[in-house]
Amino acid sequence: MLRYTIRRLIQLVGVVLVLSLLLFAWLRALPGGPVSALLGERATPESREALTKQLGLDQPIFVQYVKFLGRALSGDFGVSTGVQPGDSAMEIFLQRFPATIELSFLAIVIAVALGIPLGYLAAKRRGGWFDNLSVAGSLIGVAVPVFFLAYVLKDVLSAALGLPTQGRQDAIGATRVTGFFVVDGVITQEWDAALNALEHLILPAIALSTIPFAVVFRITRAAVLDVLNEDFVRTAESKGLTSPVIRRRHVLRNAMLPVVTTIGLQTGALLAGAVLTEKVFSLPGVGQALAIGFERRDYPVLLLLIIMATVVYVVVNLLVDLSYAFIDPRIRTR
Amino acid sequence: MALLEVRDLTVVFERKGEQPFTAVDHVSFDVEPGQTVGLVGESGCGKSVTSLAVMGLLPRRGARIGGTVNYEGVNLLALSDREMRDRRGRDLGMVFQDPLSSLNPVIPIGVQVTEVLERHRDMPRKKAMVEAEDLLDKVGIPDPRRRLSEYPHQLSGGMRQRALIAIALACRPRLLIADEPTTALDVTIQAQILALLKELVQDMGTALVMITHDLGVVAGLCDEVNVLYGGRVVEKAQRHELFAQPRHPYTHGLLNSIPRLDAPRGEKLSPIRGSVADNIPWEQGCAFAPRCPNALDVCVQRTPEQEDVGGGRLLRCHNPVQPVVTEEVSV
Repeated sequence: MLRYTIRRLIQLVGVVLVLSLLLFAWLRALPGGPVSALLGERATPESREALTKQLGLDQPIFVQYVKFLGRALSGDFGVSTGVQPGDSAMEIFLQRFPATIELSFLAIVIAVALGIPLGYLAAKRRGGWFDNLSVAGSLIGVAVPVFFLAYVLKDVLSAALGLPTQGRQDAIGATRVTGFFVVDGVITQEWDAALNALEHLILPAIALSTIPFAVVFRITRAAVLDVLNEDFVRTAESKGLTSPVIRRRHVLRNAMLPVVTTIGLQTGALLAGAVLTEKVFSLPGVGQALAIGFERRDYPVLLLLIIMATVVYVVVNLLVDLSYAFIDPRIRTR
Repeated sequence: MALLEVRDLTVVFERKGEQPFTAVDHVSFDVEPGQTVGLVGESGCGKSVTSLAVMGLLPRRGARIGGTVNYEGVNLLALSDREMRDRRGRDLGMVFQDPLSSLNPVIPIGVQVTEVLERHRDMPRKKAMVEAEDLLDKVGIPDPRRRLSEYPHQLSGGMRQRALIAIALACRPRLLIADEPTTALDVTIQAQILALLKELVQDMGTALVMITHDLGVVAGLCDEVNVLYGGRVVEKAQRHELFAQPRHPYTHGLLNSIPRLDAPRGEKLSPIRGSVADNIPWEQGCAFAPRCPNALDVCVQRTPEQEDVGGGRLLRCHNPVQPVVTEEVSV
């Protein structure tokens, strides 16, 4: 198991190297660039040239890349030119990463907490009205664009529920510890601050959770339908076990493998959705930084954020693969 | 009073937009305490559906069940889901065909044994573990303590079936239903499992309903045999009488199609011709008629009734095989 983990982590290094090279070339191939973004259309050729030189963009691309790699090894990913000009890319990442993690985590919690029980129920009552209704509902969940739902939640529901629609927390002078505002509030026992941060998160998290919810729901439903036909469920019934025991120990436990896989794969969808959701709710997270970064061609920030998103994706899926062993003993002994 | 009295058990599968299918058609049989009764027939004759109906394991929707199944005088078919749940595993145990797929692959054997003890005998986990070890030992699993924490894929096929038998007998039910318990096993293991079943039901005084297509199993185990065809009992007899003098052409054909070691070299097997797909509905005559070497015109015109032909034998046939007094039968 340890060897497997190490091998996967080494693979991750390879993935990041190749990705950084591709990104490096690709970002520079985009029309425009940081110079135009910073100086505007009407800048003089001289000032453009000066800035180009200052940013090191006049050098051949492979020289730029080797220099970037050298600095990156010591943790220096360059200075932001567009998102928060002057701040280091790493600083921006560390500042914004917790916001996105909080948002994505809450979204996936909502998706799993609703998707698995509803998926189980739908499978149990296959073909019934509940099943048909929820399958149709999950289709809508997948089909409705995240930003549309985000705007609906923001403009319609927030007023009705009295929930905030902007930012991560009101300026209430909360103590910062980890950068995760909800966690900070709990650690420092500033319950108001924690609650306030949670209120800011809830609507964006709902918007972001719809697609993962729909996917988790459908996969759970399909997996449970498969397991319900298995002989061992019939054996469990023949023992006269109570329904909760059969559900938990025999059906869900066996249906979890595909569901957990799906949750891992949804990390990608979450990161993509976070860009849109953070934009609509003005959440200062990684997604918002990516959006601004692309507008202003902020190479260092884009590079770091996309690489980190990849790392998160790969690590989450590694954890998912490792969790198989806990769910299924047949994988453990292999 | 018989332990189990099945009377006119009828199971009809209904699906929207399809013809209803009668899988079990007025099947009746008794099981006395401690007795072993065989239900024999080829695939699709309704023997498994009969056992599932007795256990209350048929799906609620889509299956219409008629008749009565009296267990110690209580009609199981009239019980609520909850009452039936209390009885399954406690009063009636069941062993299934494929031991690998019948055990939950992701939880240890120990839990799969103890959960039934915890459920019906109110044992705390620890005590149940001790009892489970004892049970595994009793069914002949070596090193039972270690096996408790192992998973089904770590056991051999024979051991898995032994574990399933331990589970089914954990609460000492008075009735055990075994649905083709040896079909998925090697021949050498088959004999061991049958010997184990025979020994256990004798020791514990458990009545056994043995469902099989293998007449060898019947010969070694059963006191009384019901031969099913197309969802109906076509012949019922004591084991010795059935093997000595099969009267129904179907039973006769089943016995004749067994390869025999003492047959002359090069002699062809004589299988029953055709397949279940050739059946005609019982309402129009005898379902077996299209495959029957003894078929007469009457067989496709009038449904044969079940008749008592003496000697405890029931027969459903217009033109049964005539008893041959001198025929020597060995199985």
